[in-house]
This record gives sequence, structure tokens and C-alpha cells, in this order.
Amino acid sequence: MKNTVRFAVTMVAALGLGACGGTSTAGTGTSSASTIKAAWIYVGPITDHGWTQAHDEGRKYVEQQLGSSVQTTYKENVPEGPQVAQVVEDLIRDGNKIIFGTSFGFQDAMYAEAQKHPDVKFEQATGTKTAANMGEYFGAAEDADYLTGMALGAASKKGKIGFVAPFPIPEVIREINAITLGAQTTHPGATVQVVWTNTWFDPTKEKQAAQSLLSLGVDAIGQGQDSPATGDAAKAVNVPWSGYDSDQSSYAPNIWLTGTVYHWGPYYTKRVKAAMDGSWKSDNYYGSIADGMIGLAPYGSSVAQSVQSQINAKMEALKSGSFYEFKGPLKDQSGAVKVPSGTKLSVSDLYAIDWFVQGVIGSPKGS
Amino acid sequence: MINNTILVVIAASAISYGTPLLFAALGELLAERSGVLNLGVEGMMLIGAVSGFWAVQTVGGPGWVVLLAAVVVAALAAAATSLIHAVLTISLRASQIVSGLALTIFAGASGLSSYIGHVASLGGKPARHEFDAINVLGLQDTPVIGPILFHQNALTYVSWVLVVLTLLYLYRTRPGLHLRAVGESPATADAMGVNVTAYRYVHVMIGGALAGIGGAFFSLAITPGWLDGMTSGAGWIAIALVIFAFWRPELALVGAYLFGAFSSLAFTLQARQVHLPPEVFASLPYLMTVIVLVLVSTGWARQRLGAPASLGVPYVREER
Repeated sequence: MKNTVRFAVTMVAALGLGACGGTSTAGTGTSSASTIKAAWIYVGPITDHGWTQAHDEGRKYVEQQLGSSVQTTYKENVPEGPQVAQVVEDLIRDGNKIIFGTSFGFQDAMYAEAQKHPDVKFEQATGTKTAANMGEYFGAAEDADYLTGMALGAASKKGKIGFVAPFPIPEVIREINAITLGAQTTHPGATVQVVWTNTWFDPTKEKQAAQSLLSLGVDAIGQGQDSPATGDAAKAVNVPWSGYDSDQSSYAPNIWLTGTVYHWGPYYTKRVKAAMDGSWKSDNYYGSIADGMIGLAPYGSSVAQSVQSQINAKMEALKSGSFYEFKGPLKDQSGAVKVPSGTKLSVSDLYAIDWFVQGVIGSPKGS
Repeated sequence: MINNTILVVIAASAISYGTPLLFAALGELLAERSGVLNLGVEGMMLIGAVSGFWAVQTVGGPGWVVLLAAVVVAALAAAATSLIHAVLTISLRASQIVSGLALTIFAGASGLSSYIGHVASLGGKPARHEFDAINVLGLQDTPVIGPILFHQNALTYVSWVLVVLTLLYLYRTRPGLHLRAVGESPATADAMGVNVTAYRYVHVMIGGALAGIGGAFFSLAITPGWLDGMTSGAGWIAIALVIFAFWRPELALVGAYLFGAFSSLAFTLQARQVHLPPEVFASLPYLMTVIVLVLVSTGWARQRLGAPASLGVPYVREER
């Protein structure tokens, strides 16, 4: 069976069928020569209006682009723990040839499974480990985070911004840093206070964390969480709110500012195609606002026109490369210069970042 | 402003996050008073959460009518679920522990409640209506007591009335006396002419209905929306709470707010730069219940405060 599938995939590659499909029968009937099975593993539900939903929209985009030549499947609500290996095993048994793990905590299990199954391609979002058959991908969310920070800073009267944060890991730390730097351009001296929830998705905890910040009098609030619960808390006290992952404005349109969004679809399509035609290679892909993997959600009605054009101008500068958010001089929380003038943080610096810029209140080590 | 000081914030959130615990605990208390332990509270709460949210998305009319209907639907759905436990344990005399656990597994997260939620595609949708905090008599900005007592949602005020009614019922009415008799000594109650089976059925189902309202509190007030497993263990805390409260409604109120305070305390402290691991607070309700259990296991305490004597024992008339 394995050999049949490998043969089938080779045939597809040889014929260069790509997206044009065809109806050749491979004999076993379990897998026709022209299709590839691709699977996604999600940490939350596909209806979370956030991170997981964005990935699932990417999966649907793949189906749309590649039509009958791809058969996709997904597993939602998979906890970051020993179950991941089990889920991967099941997916491989079902004949999936490329598997996308979409949460940081899946990484170790994905890596271990990649060692066991060299004929399956593994793709890990937001990770750091790669292998010959395991690639890693993520987007420079900090580009859009910086712009979101500008909206938060402009919305805050007192310059006291709150941020509901999941885990103290580099991707979240650079997100908070970017938001703080962005906020300080529209509101000099603005501070961003962080509360850690230690979860990606738990609306009750997210709301409690948001309430704890709002009770301190923050007058604008952002989030790195996957649900819109922060907005729900902000709505009750009418405080401007920025979201994350998807356009969440429908939850609280009056206080919605904007938020970082991901467009995973084009990347997924490219990788599934590559797995089909045999050109797939392990990679460490870092998308950006320039290549469209990262974007900014539509502005809410409360964002003034002047602020919108200020943010749009900065977005163009980011896209053209004439502006980079993590360029020195950058000071840490104690005021010491961390990145000297003229120096830029590299992608590998960003993947290891463990310090907050000046203006962040809270510990980069977590609660 | 004094209303943003830490103690006021903690007290106000203790009440809002303690309310679903209070509903579920009052229900479980009534069931246990009749001698039936129901470990299916978590499952019944999740049924309440999903059916209440379904109703709020489906029923038409002005906001308050829709919300009222949602609460009724949640209560009825969870009461119907508890009927399974009642039939199994009261009529068929199955083990109450096994039946209750089975009920939570059957109805709870990744069970019937998630099936309903997925089939009706309730996930990821903002609620059409939700229970907002009310500014009672315009007193919400009163120093200290304003945010604590006069800025909660309608269900919280209902729960206060319910505590008083339960107290009156248990200690001031004839059916309440009968109920306690059924829980202490069903044989004696039977000899008195009390219908033991009927009392147990009714109170298990009232327990189910209140657990359902507690569950709906999550989907209609705390985080309006539906999510698989959204009560995340509140049902178990409610069961612990009944023991913690020595089966007394007024102590259930105190315990619910104490346990409610723990659920958000970690964040409130963290925001004020006091760093303690959140796991400590998550485990506190259970730790305190264990301590209470140890205390009440002494002879004196058991006599004065212990559980209904026939709790967990099926009643069979012929085996008197």
C-alpha cells in the first residue's frame, strides 16, 4: 500500500499533473494516482474566530485551488501533549502525505513522528526544529503588530495599554515588543502592561485576565489570544480593543480597532503542490507583510481617518523595506541599550528573543 | 478610585464567577438532601450551556424574553438529562457513583453537548443577546459596595432569591421536612407516608435544572457564545462545594463566592505585580474541600454537620 502510494505520487510528479487532476486509477482503490491527502492539526476549534479558524481558511483555500487533486482533513481541539503523536499516527494510517501542525506545542511530537515516517512531509507552524522531511513556517506577525500598536497608542488617552498574552515564548514576546514600539510612535511614552494566561484558547481565563487589566484603568487593550473574549471584557467598559488572528470586529464593532491577521492559504497551496510534484524541500519559511502572509484586519469605525493614513503609510514603508521595526536603538525594560543604533535584529535573534523593550510592564518570563 | 482597589475587584469578580457554582451547588445540594449523589453535574451544566445558547440564537422577540426562554430551555434540557440518572439510580438502583460519572462522560465535553453544538453549528458565533451587568437602582458607582452588590447580572440576583427560598423550603416547610427525612432515613419517611421515590425523582430533576442554569450562565453571561467543554470543571467544583458547605444553602453561597474568587485571583494579582503560579489557585477549591472532609470525618462533626445519612444508598422497601 505504501509503495503503491509512493508509486502514485511519483507518477503524478512524472506526468506533471499538478492541479489538472485526471481520473487514472492506481489499482488499490484506496488512493487514486492524482490525489494527495493533506492533513491539518489544530489546537482550538475551527470556529474560534481566531488562530485556528485562520488556518482552516487556509486549508479551504487549498481545496479551492487544487480541487479534486487534493483531499484535505483536519483534527481540531488537539491538546498540546502526548495525544499529538497519536493524532499524527492516525493521520498517517489514513494515508496523509503532508501534515501541518499549527501550534507551537505540537513541535516535539511532530519532530519525533517525522523521524519515524521519512516518507511523510511534516510542516510545523511557529516552531524552531527542522529535519529533512520537516519544514517550519511562520509569518512576521510583528509587522502588523507594530501597526496594531500604532492604533492602540492613538486610541489611548492616558497611554496606558493592556495586553492579554498567552505564553512567554519568543513569538509572543516579539509581538508585545512590536505593539509597544508601535504604540509609542502615536503616543510617546505609552506603556503596555502584560498579563499572562498560560493558554492559547480559554475564553473564561482570557476574559478574567482582560478584566484584571481593565480594573487597573488601562484605556486601550490588545491580545495575543485566540478567542475574542478580551473584546467581550472591553465592551462592558467601552475601552478600544485590538484583536488577533482574524477579523473579530463582529464581536464588538464599536470598540474594534484592528488586528494582525494571517493569510495561510497561498503558502499551504504552494507546499501541498510541492509535495505532489516531488519538489518539496524542508524549509524555514518566514512570511511577512510584504509577501501577504501577514496582513492588517479592516479598521473599526473608531479609528480616525488621520490615524488610518498614518498607519497605511507605515505599512507601505514596511512592505518596501524602507522601515524595519526592530532597528536600534532599542532599550530593554531597565533602560539599558539592547540593540545599538544602526543594528537590526535578525530573524534568528527574533526567534530567541527573551526580553521586553522599554515601556512594557510585566515579566518576559511569565507569571 | 476606590472601586478599582484590589479587594473590591476581587469581591466583585468572586460573585460573578461564583454564581454558576452557586446554581449548580444548590441543585446538587437538593438532590443529595434526598439521598441521591449525582456526579453528572458537569455533564448537565454543559447540556445547559449548549441548549441555552441554542435558544438564545433561535428564539425571536425582545432581548429579555429571549434570555428568559434560554434559561428555561437550559433548565428543562438539563433536567431531562438528569432523568437518566434518576431512572438508573432510583428505579433501577444502579450505583449512584457509576451512573453519575457515566452521565458526565455521556453528556459532557466531546459527548452529547458537543454533538448538539456541532450539529446546530453554534461554535464561533457571537450571542444575539447576553446577560449584562445591571446598574441596580443607579447604585453601581457607590464606593465599595456598588460594583460588588449593585453591578451584577440578573441571574446573580435570581441566585440570591434562590438561596433564601431553598433555606425556607428546607427548614420551614412540610415538604422540606419530608425531603430531609427521605435523605436521612427513607424507611422512616416511607412509614410516615412520604413517597420516597417521588421525592427523589423531583429533587434530582430540580438539581439537573439548576445545574443547567449554572451552565447557561457560562454561555449567556461569562463568555457569551458556545464552546465544547466551556464550563471547564465547574461542575466538579460544585460537587466539592456541597460537601464544603455541609449541605447547607447559606454556606453554599459563601463557598461559591470563595471558590469563585480563586478562579480569577491569579490574574488580578498578576496585573498588580504579585506573581504566584495560577495552578495554586486552581487547586485551592479542591484542597479546601479535602481539608473540610478531614475535619468532618471526626465523630463530633459527623453528628453535627455530616452528610444526609442515606446519601448514596438506594432505597428498597422490601429490604427494610
